[in-house]
Amino acid sequence: MRISRRILAGLATASLAVTATSCGGGGTSGSFDDTVTVGILHSLSGTMAISESTLVDTEKMAIEEINAAGGVTVGGKSYKIEYIVEDGASDWPTFAEKSKKLIDQDGVPVVFGGWTSASRKAMLPVYESKDAFLYYPIQYEAQECSNNIFYTGATPNQQSEPATDFMYKRSPAAGGDFFLVGSDYVFPRTSNTITKAQVKQLGGKVVGEDYLPLGNTEVAPIISKIKKALPDGGIIINTLNGDQNVAFFKQIQDAGITPSSGYYVMNYSIAEEEISTIGPEFLEGHYGAWNYMMSIDTPASKKFAASFKKRWGADRVVADPQESAYNMVYLWKQAVEDAGTFDDNAVREALVGQKFDAPQGPVEVMPNHHLSQTVRIGEINAEGGFTILEETGVVLPQAWNQKHPSSKGFACDWTDPSKGEKYKL
Amino acid sequence: MELLLDSLFNGVAIGSVLLVAALGLAIVFGLMGVINLAHGELMMLGAYTTYVTQLIFKLPILKPFYNSYIIVSIFLAFIVSGVVGILLEKTIIRKLYGNPLETLLATWGVSLILQQFVRSVPLAYGTGLVISLLIGLFLPTSFPSKIKESINFKYFKFSSWLFAALTGVLTGNVISSSVSKLSRASARNVDVTAPSWMRGQVEIIGTAFPKTRLMIIVITLISVIAITLFLNQSAWGMRIRAVTQNRQMSDCLGISTEKVDIITFGIGSGLAGVAGVAVSLLGSVGPNVGGNYIVGCFMVVVLGGVGNLLGTVLASFGIGIMTDLIGAGRLLSIWPDMPLPLSNTINFFATTSMARVMIFALIVIFLQFKPTGLFPQKGRMVEN
Repeated sequence: MRISRRILAGLATASLAVTATSCGGGGTSGSFDDTVTVGILHSLSGTMAISESTLVDTEKMAIEEINAAGGVTVGGKSYKIEYIVEDGASDWPTFAEKSKKLIDQDGVPVVFGGWTSASRKAMLPVYESKDAFLYYPIQYEAQECSNNIFYTGATPNQQSEPATDFMYKRSPAAGGDFFLVGSDYVFPRTSNTITKAQVKQLGGKVVGEDYLPLGNTEVAPIISKIKKALPDGGIIINTLNGDQNVAFFKQIQDAGITPSSGYYVMNYSIAEEEISTIGPEFLEGHYGAWNYMMSIDTPASKKFAASFKKRWGADRVVADPQESAYNMVYLWKQAVEDAGTFDDNAVREALVGQKFDAPQGPVEVMPNHHLSQTVRIGEINAEGGFTILEETGVVLPQAWNQKHPSSKGFACDWTDPSKGEKYKL
Repeated sequence: MELLLDSLFNGVAIGSVLLVAALGLAIVFGLMGVINLAHGELMMLGAYTTYVTQLIFKLPILKPFYNSYIIVSIFLAFIVSGVVGILLEKTIIRKLYGNPLETLLATWGVSLILQQFVRSVPLAYGTGLVISLLIGLFLPTSFPSKIKESINFKYFKFSSWLFAALTGVLTGNVISSSVSKLSRASARNVDVTAPSWMRGQVEIIGTAFPKTRLMIIVITLISVIAITLFLNQSAWGMRIRAVTQNRQMSDCLGISTEKVDIITFGIGSGLAGVAGVAVSLLGSVGPNVGGNYIVGCFMVVVLGGVGNLLGTVLASFGIGIMTDLIGAGRLLSIWPDMPLPLSNTINFFATTSMARVMIFALIVIFLQFKPTGLFPQKGRMVEN
């Protein structure tokens, strides 16, 4: 007992000494006055790990870039950004639990995290109850507007609406009928409700829709339905998830549902990363809609792709979710510097109106905590990238979709206390 | 006519995927009574074998034969999954015969281990490991009986395992240095691309059929015929049936039940590997691919009647045809002017998710009336 106590005392002294030296040495290690630790929370194991680990890589790269350029300057002091990476393990309650840990135990001022809507919905109550701040980088179904989340991905009116418009008016299948295919969860169902309303407005016809249960790869019944509903070709809107796309595209090609026979598929979940997994030979001639595509020919886009390849390997690609993740780290830095503090409420106020020259072009944070973005329509080419066909101007985000029957006529504005989460326009 | 043909083909196509996946389980679960939850992962190993074979056939030496890689991979997948199955039987399942709950938990554990294995071990070394298992398990049995009976046989056995390990490491290194895609571990799903002669469609009596689906039907047919012939015509098949019907009596009559167990389990596992080749043609290959099929497999075996191959065949085609009829809303096109309430109901179930619900419900109702399945086994059961 006595010995262990002595050891404990010794340890305590030693650790004090270490802390003392590290405090004293702070000035000498680089030119930073202090450090700030942020949280990164994505799945590093489980089914989502493949996608989400690319975001961790991108966020680390953005943080390294900021540090190399002198870190974050707050109140005249320069801070080096350090990060704690937590694993959400593709399990939604784990996301909530790890969020609590990052906020309470590690005391991070901000968490960059999430991919699936299910993980975001699980984390939301944690951030709202603790009044903390989550930055969420994925294109999603919207119909949500939290004061404690900053959404840097596209809302449906920044992806699916311009895409539907393109397919109905200017694609080779223009004027054709629509068939909607998706995985059976919230994003495809919400997105397709919006698409159906829009197609009706445009004067087109949706002749069928079907949802594949997650994990199911038997698409034969869907193929016979497509052939029955669209005997002579038409437009297929695809919101299938991950591996289900592989089964879908392999089998529709075998069944003769190809661009050369008049069937054009518009995809909302297939980016460069997915093209290389599915194989460009199955996807060539179909379409995708994103804010960022690797083939954007601007210096900012090329620099982003080049630095990612340099940091993580020449065979890696960058895609839209990664760009959103990259933007949010920079936007947080700018907001903190403008606010002059790491305090959540001040940063939240400073965040709205922040502009950033993103790889996709200029973006700006809107009062509804979403980003104004450019929308691009691309045709998938044999090299596994997109040939960009169209580019919209900057599109403002709608947290509450104006075509969805349940949210028509509503908007969100966190800068005006009388408006808030959902107010009537 | 064309509609009927199309519907029948689709039903058979869906059914044959179910059947080829369930065939191995029909033997392992049906004949031996082992609840093998790792069956899906044995399929996954078969699918990965196809992928590895495909990449190896892209090497300059084998390039001229590239188009035939899929045929070769059927045999290789049978061997790979069979060997892993035999190892599983020898190390774990043998000790748990007669304890269904423990078997269930142990094989579930094995399935998790196998999933993690393909995620975290480079496929090149995985191949090496399988090759060394193959040599280690089978080299000692090929020695002449004079050596086998000698007192020093354990040294022979030991040295053959040593040789096996060396060969495995060597093959692993050779593959990893010549095929860069196999040299790194990755949890990413991979893709098997069918050779060009198997892609596209073929036209029969005015209707176009996808070639990959036809190929799967052919693989299924051959597997079913081969296994039926083996069980009913060969001497080992007879022994397997004997042990299935009465283990003690067979043992008394001099049948080595231990050997029969190994062979039965090995064949069942090998068939899972063949199923893996088939499913790799339809979708992507990943660590979770087996999990997508395991429930369907058990469903087919239970519905068909445990211990009966014919039942399995009929059950899977039945489920396949029902899936197509309900899921694609085909009843409506067969009978276009049915009364409105009926057509509304059918429309409601005419989505893939609802069709699944409907089919499960129908199976549950069916099993209420015939709890032992379509063709219940009569007479004395195994371990009974």
